[in-house]
Parts: sequence; structure tokens; C-alpha cells
Amino acid sequence: MNAAVTPARATLGARLKALVGPEMAGPVLAFVAVVVVFSLVSPQFLSRATFGAVGFQLPELGLLTLAMLLPVLTGGLNLAITFTANISGLTVAWILHANGGLEAPMPVFALACLAAIAVGASTGVVMGLVIAYTRAHPILVSLSMMIFLRGLGEFLTRGGDVSGFPSYVQPIGHGTLVGLPVPLLIFIGCVLAWHVLLTRTKLGFNTFMIGSNIEAARYSGVNTRKVLVLVYTLSGAMCAIAGIIMLARFNSVRVGHGESYLLITVLACFLGGVNPFGGFGRVIPVFVALVVLQLLSSGLNLVGANQHLATAVWGILLITVMVLRWVAGRIGPFKPGKG
Amino acid sequence: MTEALDRGAAQRPLLSLRDINVTFGGVRALKNVSFEVLPGEVHCLAGENGSGKSTLIKVITGVYRPEPGAVIEYGGETYTHMSPVTAQAAGIQVIWQDLALFPEMSVAENIAFQTVVGRRPRLVDYGRMREAATAALKRLGVTLDVDRPLKDFPIAQRQIVAIARALVGEARIVFMDEPTASLTQSETDCLLDIVRTLSASGVAVVFVSHRLAEVLEISSRLTVLRDGALVGVYPTEGMTQSRITELMTGKMFDQTVRARPMEGRPVVLEVDRLTRAGLFEDISFTVRQGETLAITGLLGAGRTELALALFGMLRPTSGSIRLEGRPVRFSSNRDAIRAGIAYLSEDRLSLGLIQPQSIADNLVMASYDRLLTGGLLSERRKRDLVADWIRRLAVKIGRQEDAISTLSGGNQQRVAIAKWLATNPKLLILDSPTVGVDVGARAGIFDIVAKLAAEGLAIILITDEVPEAYFNADRVLHMANGRMANWFDPRATALADIEAAVYA
Repeated sequence: MNAAVTPARATLGARLKALVGPEMAGPVLAFVAVVVVFSLVSPQFLSRATFGAVGFQLPELGLLTLAMLLPVLTGGLNLAITFTANISGLTVAWILHANGGLEAPMPVFALACLAAIAVGASTGVVMGLVIAYTRAHPILVSLSMMIFLRGLGEFLTRGGDVSGFPSYVQPIGHGTLVGLPVPLLIFIGCVLAWHVLLTRTKLGFNTFMIGSNIEAARYSGVNTRKVLVLVYTLSGAMCAIAGIIMLARFNSVRVGHGESYLLITVLACFLGGVNPFGGFGRVIPVFVALVVLQLLSSGLNLVGANQHLATAVWGILLITVMVLRWVAGRIGPFKPGKG
Repeated sequence: MTEALDRGAAQRPLLSLRDINVTFGGVRALKNVSFEVLPGEVHCLAGENGSGKSTLIKVITGVYRPEPGAVIEYGGETYTHMSPVTAQAAGIQVIWQDLALFPEMSVAENIAFQTVVGRRPRLVDYGRMREAATAALKRLGVTLDVDRPLKDFPIAQRQIVAIARALVGEARIVFMDEPTASLTQSETDCLLDIVRTLSASGVAVVFVSHRLAEVLEISSRLTVLRDGALVGVYPTEGMTQSRITELMTGKMFDQTVRARPMEGRPVVLEVDRLTRAGLFEDISFTVRQGETLAITGLLGAGRTELALALFGMLRPTSGSIRLEGRPVRFSSNRDAIRAGIAYLSEDRLSLGLIQPQSIADNLVMASYDRLLTGGLLSERRKRDLVADWIRRLAVKIGRQEDAISTLSGGNQQRVAIAKWLATNPKLLILDSPTVGVDVGARAGIFDIVAKLAAEGLAIILITDEVPEAYFNADRVLHMANGRMANWFDPRATALADIEAAVYA
């Protein structure tokens, strides 16, 4: 029975599957688990307060994860993301200080943001050029850039904070717009931009192709060097946006801010189903994975657990997901041997 | 009755299998197969991909366990199944296509590491390893510097190292899986000599190869499998390549020369004294609309390099290329693609297609620009384009999103051809389009080539199999040592004459 209905359902199912993809299973499962467990443990978990905490804390890690995602998809890595964010934040701070400090007018701030994005992008251009032309390993190239930026930043700030910005900067980190945290809105905008970039543009398509097999992509006429340079440039620019948000949230810039996020961004990518060797991955599952990590951290906070313990629980979650993925692969369809 | 069969009747087999059945999740990979190898003989195991050759070898080496009822007799003992340990201890060795060697380790370590594994005291005796390695190489009549790391040696020598390793394991029977797939003609000859040496010293060799000429040259008997079932066991004496093809595929292929006169048609490509120092020299030819020009010659004759120069991936040092009368100079293959040249790589696995990615993505990769509206992809146009090419080239696929690696060699090659046709080329260069494609599927590829030529596409077909060139091209250019050696017209020359010239 229902013979007439089945095909329509199948297409709908296929469409839904195409929209979310198989990578979505892990993050969604983790999401459900976290929400169920914490709402049982703590009645306040499903509240506005939790949502607010997540909404304000998520964007920093989230934007840095987006910056990490593109290089990971090409089979590379950008270890310089946190210091690129710091240097971009410093760019904004210095431009504001040089133009009136607390009294700096808004257009100056706008220009300062553009300059910060340019600085972030240019670190990416340099890394991209070196990786594309010398074929040096991205880990080494970005590690060198990370050390350079850290040294440069610490030298210029003498290891201290730079603070004191006009009052209109604060809302970018703390304000709300139509009831939603401003940093969350900026982050969601960036997530959508990355989603469109990866699913609908030529650059996105070529990013995946390069990640799977760069030589085969070159033989098919893909300008592999251009793609690599653009990928690292966009990664750097995204770091700058993260740097501006961090500046607004802390109301100060210090080289080393957010350093502990570096490896968590890599893990968030993998939790979101991104292939660690490149070529496969989607933005939306990574976004869900980030929400899970943040919910977990907020929930533990709510039940009174230590912040360091929260980090430890992140580690356990990630390991659990890897093991579950392996288990899911084992019970998948049996593969017959070749003749 | 031939001598080989008489001998077979007289001699007790070294290895004999009966009633072998293997099922994978409902698919019967082997159906009541039996197989026999005589001591010291060279036996060929032939069949298309998926016919059960690898499965049979894995049963013999203990990787797979056959269903109850199987009988395996080896060296006087009877087994219901083998295990990897008993198979190795009994002297059954396999040299897989990927060789399974350690590139960073020395030749001696690669050959003789098994001799030190599991012995006490648990120390590595390098002196003994070197001795064992040198002795094994000597049995093969080869000298190699055993202290150098394996990665310093080309593939042909690595193959010899893999064979020497089998000898150290006191092999009585050696299985070789496609051993000549990546060797040049002279390297192949050298390998065949080694196989003869092995056989003369009493080691049986089971040879798995797609190259039927070699099969006929080296082996005395032939076992043919098709769709997991035994077709038969035949003496190679009196066999022909076309008869083997028939047995493997169960189909008749009547080949006729497709060459037609091309004079007077507009010239698409004109190459004049094209030279790339050290790779090829003084190459001049034209290809006309609807013409198929074959370039043949041994591996290393400069054919692929010439193709890469036409495709903008290798800069010529002198000479000129004209496309439809206009001189062209490409700074990358993107220029060449834009100008209307397409190049199907000889290495489908690592350069031609991106194996883990989907059928659809592989197909649209070279023509992605055509799918964009205002810089954004139109999913519908992509799906329609892919569906259209899948239909036009009769590619057998499941879903467009499946990885290209799930397709057979022949279907993968059809997708690769579609990828280039989607760029709307004027000239299509096919570099060894039938490598790793089953005999049965090859005919299908050449039917497509013929159809494209009839529609007016200019085609350069590069192949080291002279019959392919002879039957499918309008003219045949023979290259040797980077130079033009001969021109042949298939309508006026016998296949044997061309083969004699090329393989001389």
C-alpha cells in the first residue's frame, strides 16, 4: 500500500538528507544528549539565561573555527588563527588611540575595522603564497606565522593590555538587537556566508577538490595556487572579525587572548564531521557542534562545576564521538571483496 | 594433445582446490571453483575485474575462508581452509600489486626482515639479513646495493625486491598480481626472465595479468574465471589473444580497421617541429576534424610529455602549435582548456579523477564555470548536465552523489571522458584510455571514441598497445626515444608489421 506516496516521501527524505548530510548525525545526537541530560539535572538549563550565555560566548570560538575550517578542508591547517585575531584587534586599538582614544568618532572605528580585516587577510595571503608556491606543509608555514605574530605582538605591546575604547564599541560584544546578542548575529551571518561560499561558489567547490587530490584538480584545470591563497586569505580575514569581537567583549586587547581556543577549533571541525585529511565537510554541522560544546560548558557552569572540568568534559565528548563514529562504520553495510 | 597437458596428467599437483564457494553478503564471489597448480609451472589466472581472481588468491593464502565442503590439497596435506600463518609457513607467497614494501628501509631489511622476526634472542642480526638478501637476489640473477633504501629504486627493481622476499620465505609457489602493470617493455622482459628462472628452480608461479601477450609468452597453462565461476583450464600453446578475451568475457569481438581517408577536412591542430629538450624532439603532425590520430610507442618514448606540452602543462623549448590555424602558446592547462583542448590523463586513479569525490563533482570539475549564474552554482543545472552526460555515454551509476571510486574502471573512464566533453573541446587527447579497464569494457570506450570522431571531434589516442592504435585510428604515429619513428596507415599496413616496428 501507499505505493503512490512512497516516491514523494523518498524525494523529500533525499532532499532533507542532501541538506543536512550524514555528517549531521554526530552533532545532532550530541546536541540532543546534552540538552536532555542538563534539563533533567538542572531545571534552569532550558532558560533565557543559558541561551544568553551561549549567544555571547559562542561567537569567539565559532568565528575562529570558521577561520580554521577552510584550510582544514584543503587538507591543511591554520595554526596562526588566534594570534592573527590578536594582531587584527591591536590594529583597531591603535587606530582608535591614534585618533582620539575614547573620543574617536565612529567612522574612524569603521575604518579601523577595515584595516584590521586587511591585516588579518594579509597574514593569510603570505601563508597562502608560501604554501601554494613552495608546497611547504601548512602546519609548518602557519606555525611560523603564529610565532612571528606572537613575537611581534608581544614586542609591540610589551606583553600588556591595550584598552580604553569609545563607548559605542561595547554593544558589538555585549549588546542585543531584536532580543538577540549582537555577536551571535555577526557569527550567524558569517556562518551563512561560509555556507554559501562552500556550497554555491567555484572557490568552495575547488576547495573540496583540492582537499581530496590537489594534483588531479590541477590536471582538470583548477588554479590550485589561486585557490590556496584565497582560502588562507579568507581564513585570515575571518580571524580579524573574531579579533574585533574579542576586543569589544573584553574591552581590551592582549596578545595571547583566546590562545586556548586554537586546538578546540580543530576539534570542533572534526566533531562537525569534517574529514581531518580534507575534501569533505559542511558548515552547518560544524555550527551545531559548536553549539553543543558551548551548551555543555554553560550547563556544567550552571550545575556548579569548575570551568577547567568543563574543558575536560569537552575532551571526553570528542573522544566519545570518534569512537561512536568508528562503531557506526563497523555496523554499516558489509563491503564485498573485489575479484 | 599438448605436452603441457600430458605433463599435467603425469604429475601430481602441488596445489589443488575443489568446490570452493565464497559468498559476501549475498553476493557469490566464487561458485564451485576448482584450481590446480603443478610444481614449477608458470600458470596464468585470467578473468575480468570482479571475476573472482583476487578472492581465489585470498582463499589460498588464508585471508578468506571458503564455505564448508571445500577441499584444499597442498604439498600432500588436505585442508578445509588455510590460515595466513599456515599458508606462509608452507611456502605460499603473494606479491600484491602494491608490493607491500617499506620504502624507507634498506633493500636487505625489506627482503629479509621475516628471517629475524620471532627468533631469540630478540636482536636484529643485520649481517645475517644482508647475507640472506644477497643470496635471494643472486638466485634471481640480480645484483642490487642491499644497503640503499628501497625508495631510491624504480618500481621495476622494487618488484624484484618483493620477489626476493618471497624466496627468503622459502616459497614453493608465488602468486603475482598484475606484476607488469607499471613496467616498461624492457623491464617487463626482465621480469619475465626472472619468472622463468624461478620456474626452472622448481618454484611454481601463478601470474595474474591483463596483458594477454605476456600471458601467452610466459605461461604454460591458463585458468579462466568469469563471474566467480570456472570457465576452464587450457594449455597456452595454440591460444590466441582474441580467444582468451572471448573466454574471459563470454562475448565475441570482431575487430575491424576503422581508418578512413581524411584529406581535405579542415585542420584542427598543427604541430611543427615541437621540441622539449630531453623529452621529445622535432615532432610535426596535423590532426583534422573528425580524425583519430594514434601515437604509439613504448613507455618512455615521450608520448605523454608531448601530450602535456599540447595541454599547456609543459613548456616546449622550440617549435610551434597552431589551433585552427592560429598560433597558440599556453601558460597553463587552463589556457589550453579555454582554447578547446582536453587531456584525459593516463593515470586515472591519481590524476584523472578525484577518487573519493562524487560522480557528479568529478564530471563537472573542468566545466564548472558553465554552471554559475551571477557567481553562484545552479544545483538544478548541475544535476541536469550530469544526468545528460551519464545518459549520452551510457555510464552505469547508482546515484550522482556516489563516490567515483565505487564505479568499475570502464565506467570511471566514461565519466572522465564526459568531464572533458563537457568543456566542449575541439581536440581530445586520450592518454592510455584503457589502462585498468576490462577487456569487455574497452570495446565500449572505443565505440564512444568512434562516435565522437564521427561528430567531428579531432582525437589524439595515445596507447602502448599497438592493436588499439591499429583498429581505432585513421593514422598511426610511432614515437621512439622522443622522436617520430614511423607513420603507418592501418588500411595499407598489416598489424604484425606495426607491432614488429614498435616492439623491435
